[in-house]
Amino acid sequence: MPQMTDERVRAGMTREEDLSLLNEVSMKTAGVSHLEMCIQCGTCGGSCPVAADMDHTPRMLFAMLRAGMREEVLRSNTPWLCVSCYHCVVRCPQEVHIADVMYTLKGMAIQAKLYTDSTAPHFSQTFVGMVETFGRGYELGLATRHYLRHFPLRLPGMMPMGLGMISKGRMAIVPKKIKHMDQLTKILDRAKELELTS
Amino acid sequence: MNKYLLYPGCSMDSSAKAYMESLNSIVEPLDLHLEEIEDWNCCGATEYLGINLIPAYSLIARNLALAAKQTSDTRTVVAPCSACYLNLAKADYYMQERPTLGAKVNEALAAGGLEYKAGTLDVRHLIDVLVYDVGLDAIRKAVIHPLSGLKVVPYMGCMLPRPDYQHRWSDHEHPTELDDLLRALGADVIDYPLTTSCCGGHMTQIGPETAFELIHRLVSDADERGAQMMVTVCPMCQMNIDAYQNEMNHFFGTNFHMPILFFTQLMGLAFGRKPNEVGIGVELVSARNALAHIGVEVPVTEEPAAPRKKDEGLPMPRRWTKHEGKKEAVK
Amino acid sequence: MTERVGVYVCHCGSNIAGTVDVVDVANWAAEKLGRQGVIIAREYKFMCSSLGQELIEKDIKELGLTRVVVAACSPHLHEKTFRTAAKNAGLNPYLVELASIREQVSWVHSDKAVATAKAKAVVSGAVSRVIENRPLEEIKVPINPNTLVVGGGIAGIQSALEIANAGFHVYLVEREPSIGGHMAQFDKTFPTLDCSACILTPRMVEAGTHPNITLLTWSEVTNVAGYVGNFHVTIKKKARFINEELCTGCGICQEKCPKKVIDDVYEAGLGYRKAVYTPFAQAVPNFPVMDKENCTYFIKGTCKACEKFCPTGAIDFNQQDEMLHIDVGNIVLATGYDLFDARRVSNYGYGRLPNVFTSLEFERLSNAAGPTSGNIVLRDGKTTPKSVGVIHCVGSRDKNFNNYCSVICCMQGLKFAHLVHERTGATVYNFYIDMRTAYKAYDEFYQRVLEEGTLFVRGKVAEVTNAARNEREKGKLIIQVEDTLAGKQRRIPVDMVILSSGLQPRKDAKEVGKMFGISCSMDGWFTEKHPKLDPVSTMTEGIYIVGCAQGPKDIPSSVAQGAAASARVLDKILQKEVALEPIKASVNKEMCSGCRICNGLCPFNAIAFIEDDKVTEINPALCQGCGTCVAACPAGAISGTGFSNEQIIAQIDGLLLRNLEVQEAV
Repeated sequence: MPQMTDERVRAGMTREEDLSLLNEVSMKTAGVSHLEMCIQCGTCGGSCPVAADMDHTPRMLFAMLRAGMREEVLRSNTPWLCVSCYHCVVRCPQEVHIADVMYTLKGMAIQAKLYTDSTAPHFSQTFVGMVETFGRGYELGLATRHYLRHFPLRLPGMMPMGLGMISKGRMAIVPKKIKHMDQLTKILDRAKELELTS
Repeated sequence: MNKYLLYPGCSMDSSAKAYMESLNSIVEPLDLHLEEIEDWNCCGATEYLGINLIPAYSLIARNLALAAKQTSDTRTVVAPCSACYLNLAKADYYMQERPTLGAKVNEALAAGGLEYKAGTLDVRHLIDVLVYDVGLDAIRKAVIHPLSGLKVVPYMGCMLPRPDYQHRWSDHEHPTELDDLLRALGADVIDYPLTTSCCGGHMTQIGPETAFELIHRLVSDADERGAQMMVTVCPMCQMNIDAYQNEMNHFFGTNFHMPILFFTQLMGLAFGRKPNEVGIGVELVSARNALAHIGVEVPVTEEPAAPRKKDEGLPMPRRWTKHEGKKEAVK
Repeated sequence: MTERVGVYVCHCGSNIAGTVDVVDVANWAAEKLGRQGVIIAREYKFMCSSLGQELIEKDIKELGLTRVVVAACSPHLHEKTFRTAAKNAGLNPYLVELASIREQVSWVHSDKAVATAKAKAVVSGAVSRVIENRPLEEIKVPINPNTLVVGGGIAGIQSALEIANAGFHVYLVEREPSIGGHMAQFDKTFPTLDCSACILTPRMVEAGTHPNITLLTWSEVTNVAGYVGNFHVTIKKKARFINEELCTGCGICQEKCPKKVIDDVYEAGLGYRKAVYTPFAQAVPNFPVMDKENCTYFIKGTCKACEKFCPTGAIDFNQQDEMLHIDVGNIVLATGYDLFDARRVSNYGYGRLPNVFTSLEFERLSNAAGPTSGNIVLRDGKTTPKSVGVIHCVGSRDKNFNNYCSVICCMQGLKFAHLVHERTGATVYNFYIDMRTAYKAYDEFYQRVLEEGTLFVRGKVAEVTNAARNEREKGKLIIQVEDTLAGKQRRIPVDMVILSSGLQPRKDAKEVGKMFGISCSMDGWFTEKHPKLDPVSTMTEGIYIVGCAQGPKDIPSSVAQGAAASARVLDKILQKEVALEPIKASVNKEMCSGCRICNGLCPFNAIAFIEDDKVTEINPALCQGCGTCVAACPAGAISGTGFSNEQIIAQIDGLLLRNLEVQEAV
């Protein structure tokens, strides 16, 4: 197994500025990505339930990563459409951690401000904001805030559903906060510092 | 006695409260003891991982650290929500596979006075412990009202059987655990090829048209196969198929009415609980008509598929299961 | 006495000299190891060349060398070369030691200084060791001219016939009721589309009637003892419940037997046989066997229909398994392969979706002698498919299943496409990752199938499903795939799917390997002695591997290997005796405590416990000198010639340059 990129960097065998795009993505991915092992067989693109809506299949993204096409990759809508169903992950004959690579690409796209449609990134950020404030997900608040921002015209259509959920007691009106929010905040603040230094 | 640490997850006291109520209704007949992890926080669902790596894993790991600290006589964490289950299992696995990640997450946890040694806990889903620890025999014994005549499709969803870091499931694509459990309750289980296909996940929020397509595939195939309802193990699947079915119908000009209940709700009913004790009635696509079939005295004569005529066709190979012979299977 | 040691450092072109300063190593050895007895150290471009060898021979004669160290490649390659050179110059060949400074130094390091220092240490270790070497003599043993061939597929048949035709006796053992192997199941063979039975059955008949071949079908080897030239083999001849002397092979018993059984072996589960049966019409021998597990008489105690109708009274319900003991000099293993179990790829639906077939099922389906008389139909037994998808690489080149390429599946998939096209006129799709047609006339066959209009899609199929999304897909199997050349996901509805399943080692390959004293690779195939230069030999003298037992391969390669192994066997037989390496372990009976720890460890079955003396003994002819027992013995009672404790300790001291410290202290 090839040595993991971040370990090579730390050992001074590879300098960070020399990293290819492929290695950079690999390094930023949880677990061992196996990205360099892709044989372009298309199992991922064939398995994906939302491939029809993607501008590039996952397989094509991996080829583009190899080709160093940073901007095209980070502008792609593919990672944002990934529904994390893991069909490609278990079928991939080369054990590429495809779903986790998609998470990495989302993070990189947000940092580089290269995403084209802001719906998904803003949804993620709204959700994370909620978790960072309350420690729990606040579904009604989440949905409302999100829909007001992105689908102002759709919202009335969603009202019957929202009202149904409220009347059936399936949406909390008051956000619940965990007891030791201060502890969680400290952990997340430290984690963010570590993220920047890594 | 089966004792576990419970990680309920955010949905269980709001959108999936029917899941929580029905779970509470089956713990006693099955002698299950669930001890909630104190002051657990959100697992980040599928959103946090796409923003920041270390904070996302630290968020998840705080729960593992709390659970490990709380451990008395069990080291198994049970999550009823598939997304929560996956996130907890994934953090535990990747913190081992990638020691640098584990070290950083622990550095962050230390800021809150916590630590977690990856691999200390077993992370399992509710249906896993019901089928493999409690066992189908015990479940069968608790059945008072068999669900005979209720035609159901088992819907496992994606995040439960995949990626399956600890090889807990009979198969990644067509696992049989939910089928087996529903059969143990006496239900007529329809073979459902889409049992682990995606419900759309967060796409209902960020790209509804994409999600409607996925929901349509699931609901229309279940309908085509004559299902009276779908049965799920995941709050997100339930929410998407239940709450968005109406909009999906609008979008496609269809008129499906496919209720979707949590498997624990059917367990509760089979164990003799009243519908209101297991959260029935809060679903948006009503299960009332479908449930009319339960309790009706119909002998079990129907088979899922008509037997092949002798000598006419060619024989089929035996069906594969990784757990063949190892774990309990329905007789 | 002080030994006179010569050290010879090889450049191996730039293989070694590119990373190791060979001149420095030689100079260092001459200077620093002089006290050890090194009287000359030279370096040379290619020590293995005749000039290099002559250099050593000359020094032995002229300088009176008593020990030689050659620092070059691995002893696997040239140990024999240099030992022969020493022998030619009158020095006992076992007083030559090789220091591997290529495989273990230059090829695994990039820093020249570090590599040079390590090369010096390795040379120093070899010098210290070689001084402790003792002259050894080879052991000569006679060769039994009889040969055992295990496995009666095409590779085993070929091997048996070559040896038998040369005039030597062969025991051909086959587990199934008939020889023929997988090839007997096929309809056509790629790329020429020869009828498989037409080219195979003459060979089967020849093997069955050859005066030099003893055919033992429905038999299995249960024990192997002995060593090259003198193997003692036990064979279980399973009860057939048929008296072979009386049986005429008329087939009436099969006709009358009321019990139908699914034939999982020959018909690949797609057809039926009786409880008493010959697997196919051209079976060799044509005596049937009775399947005890399914026979009504054996289950219920009544029936005996076969006995009633047998015209010669050949049915014998009292027959017992027989143990045969034979002696042979060489053994050829031709045990073949198992088909990958396609049910494991559950996204392809085999075992769940009726009209998904495996490659072997399709072979039977297309075979005129098969369950449908060669009609290619769906599992309902009557409908001809209008569209068929052939999926390549099923279970192969996939880290979830088998890592390796199964070699034959591309060509097999092309053959299926051709047969479907020819017999049904259906539209055929072939789904592949890479098209591998690398052999004589293979790519031409690909061209032919292209010409016939087969639609090729480059992409590994993601799933086969019966969940239709529209009218076009209703009632069909839908193949979902990324067409990687078009960059789009496609859903292609077909009536039938054929899985070009890969090959895998026999499920008992490990145990069989252990019985014959040979090893398996990571993937489970038997390991050859050298992947390029000795593909049919094994690390155990006298045991050869041919056909798919060694790795996936097609018919021509299997036949070639069968013949190649026979040449090696005949070579051995004609030598009449064989020289065994004298590198052996032996037990010091005084020190042996009889603990028996070593008994189960020997991979060559060379260790026996002598009950009377309560000590362990090692058969020097069986021992291959691996050293496992030497290391394991808690009493230190076992030592290995060529690997004595003195040699090992001296080598370690040398490697650590302790020999220099002593010297400098002095």
